[in-house]
Amino acid sequence: MNSSVIQHVEGRAIPVRGNDIDTDRIIPARYLRAITFDGLGEHAFEDDRKSNPDHPFDNPRYQGASILIANDNFGCGSSREHAPQALMRWGICAIVGESFAEIFLGNCTAMGVPCLTASTADIVKIQDAIEADPQREMAVDLKEKKMTFGDIEVNLQIAEGNRLQLIEGAWDATGMLLEGRGAVREVADKLPYVTGF
Amino acid sequence: MGQSLFHKVWDAHAVRTLPSGQTQLFIGLHLIHEVTSPQAFDMLRERGLTIAYPERTFATVDHIVPTSDVARPFADEMAEDMMVAIEENAQQFGLSFFGLDDERQGIVHVIGPELGLTQPGMTIACGDSHTSTHGAYGAIAFGIGTSQVRDVLATQCLAMDPLKVRRIEVSGTLGDGVYAKDVILNVIRNLGVKGGTGYAYEYAGSAIEAMDMEARMSVCNMSIEGGARAGYVNPDQTTYDYLQGRTYAPSGEAFDRAVSWWRSMASDADADYDDVYHLDGSALEPTVTWGITPGQALFVSEKVPALTDLPDDERDVAAEAYDYMDLKPGRAISGMPIDVAFVGSCTNSRISDLREAARVVEGHKVADGVKALVVPGSKSVLKTAESEGLHHIFEDAGFEWRGAGCSMCLAMNPDKLQGREVCASSSNRNFKGRQGSPTGRTLLMSPAMVAAAAIAGEVIDVRAM
Ligand code: SF4
Repeated sequence: MNSSVIQHVEGRAIPVRGNDIDTDRIIPARYLRAITFDGLGEHAFEDDRKSNPDHPFDNPRYQGASILIANDNFGCGSSREHAPQALMRWGICAIVGESFAEIFLGNCTAMGVPCLTASTADIVKIQDAIEADPQREMAVDLKEKKMTFGDIEVNLQIAEGNRLQLIEGAWDATGMLLEGRGAVREVADKLPYVTGF
Repeated sequence: MGQSLFHKVWDAHAVRTLPSGQTQLFIGLHLIHEVTSPQAFDMLRERGLTIAYPERTFATVDHIVPTSDVARPFADEMAEDMMVAIEENAQQFGLSFFGLDDERQGIVHVIGPELGLTQPGMTIACGDSHTSTHGAYGAIAFGIGTSQVRDVLATQCLAMDPLKVRRIEVSGTLGDGVYAKDVILNVIRNLGVKGGTGYAYEYAGSAIEAMDMEARMSVCNMSIEGGARAGYVNPDQTTYDYLQGRTYAPSGEAFDRAVSWWRSMASDADADYDDVYHLDGSALEPTVTWGITPGQALFVSEKVPALTDLPDDERDVAAEAYDYMDLKPGRAISGMPIDVAFVGSCTNSRISDLREAARVVEGHKVADGVKALVVPGSKSVLKTAESEGLHHIFEDAGFEWRGAGCSMCLAMNPDKLQGREVCASSSNRNFKGRQGSPTGRTLLMSPAMVAAAAIAGEVIDVRAM
């Protein structure tokens, strides 16, 4: 099987509560001053962590977790891929939330980090359950669009195009886009602004 | 049933349907800057890929550029590294590059239109969320992440899902002291910061049609703050007049042919929309944000809302905002003291913004204890402003007059808030920590309102000046 195929994600989970958590909070802009994404993981949520010593990213109970459980409009703000890169480099492999900002979701998908949504009630239920038992493993199943945590099972949503990209290992779009090279030229040659009107 | 501009542009650029069901979309113009591109070039090198259409990518530097001392090497080593990386990448891959020693340098979303690169009917992409700005010209412009920058470099295409289109009709006439910024802040306030999810916003109606191109750019710029992936205005005579004579715009007979194509790409009168939203432009007042999301906005005459005034799903963020901003519900936003006043950013750093701010400032002095700065969006704006003597008006009043760049819009260069400072800002984001201090506070407003606040030392209705 293609090593890019992502059908299941299993691991411990970490709840980060709050609506409208923006990309400046996920990775403060001062850490964008670099020419690689290396080392971003340790700065994820840095300002939030400074002002809240109990932040889940510092809480020993959640170290080693790989599934982030977020609330509404997670990742709003900038298009900087540094935000999902910071989360991924901290150890996050999948995110389940009430909703995501679109560019953030697109960036995550392009990196092979699935973003799925569930109802507010389900998210809150799962966040509570994780807090009560952070050592328990969670399973996210992209084929069945389900998440299980102990005896809790929750239905998940994901845009079908994104789901197919992930479960078929085609989330890195470059190869796919390169295949259409000839067709691209044809489209370009029909555009008046390409041909100089 | 007719078609909207969005669908016409989409169809003209659709290459094929990908196995994932997404569309492979040709990108007509690709703009890059120093922050989100170096990793993309590294990915190309790692995979041994070249650039498919190098003549369709243009590079500049804006985010990390110091606006006071641009002597090289920069004092900040990291910034210097980023600068060197884009210089070398542009050189190695043969891209047009408007660097610090080039008259065309400036904020990427200011220079695209200024140079006539941004044109109606195009698809545009840039590794920056405010790429929506270019929609003012009737282009469909997407902010993208670094992996997608790689895709565009390697293939000149993106894999995209289509969007729905919401027409936002702003009727009436904007009153004195009410600007494009106030329009978009109210759109976001009313539709919410994620109200635009899944949509492109088409801005229309008499108030939009009456705007010049720069004002339309301010509106489209903040589409992203409203959750929309793109925002645009249909091209009209104002658009064509703006483009005529610009460096990269067609000229002579080609210009006339271009205008007929551009006209044909505008939404049909009977176009079908997924949603229509109406806003009465005549009823708007100068608007200010009070909280930590751009949707937490008020008319300057209003008071900070109580939790009970707000819908359920906005209450948690409001409670967080009271705390962070140190504001109590029921307090008037007018009269809130400020420490810093910033006129700049891709939302409001063009010549018309500077003229409006200068008009307010002329003959006054910045209040004691307030640090005020004006940062033109591009070298070209700077030159025009200086030729009109605007820099003297600002400097005489006590403003700092800076070089072109993103400056205090975000915390990637030396211009930053300190501690709990409150900043009246013409930029687009009031997120926690956005302006460089983890506890710094941002009040978004129009450039004229920023100028008024600088002089009063507090938020004040510019119409009372
Ligand atoms: S001015 Fe601000 S919002 Fe605009 S491109 Fe620069 S940093 Fe981004």
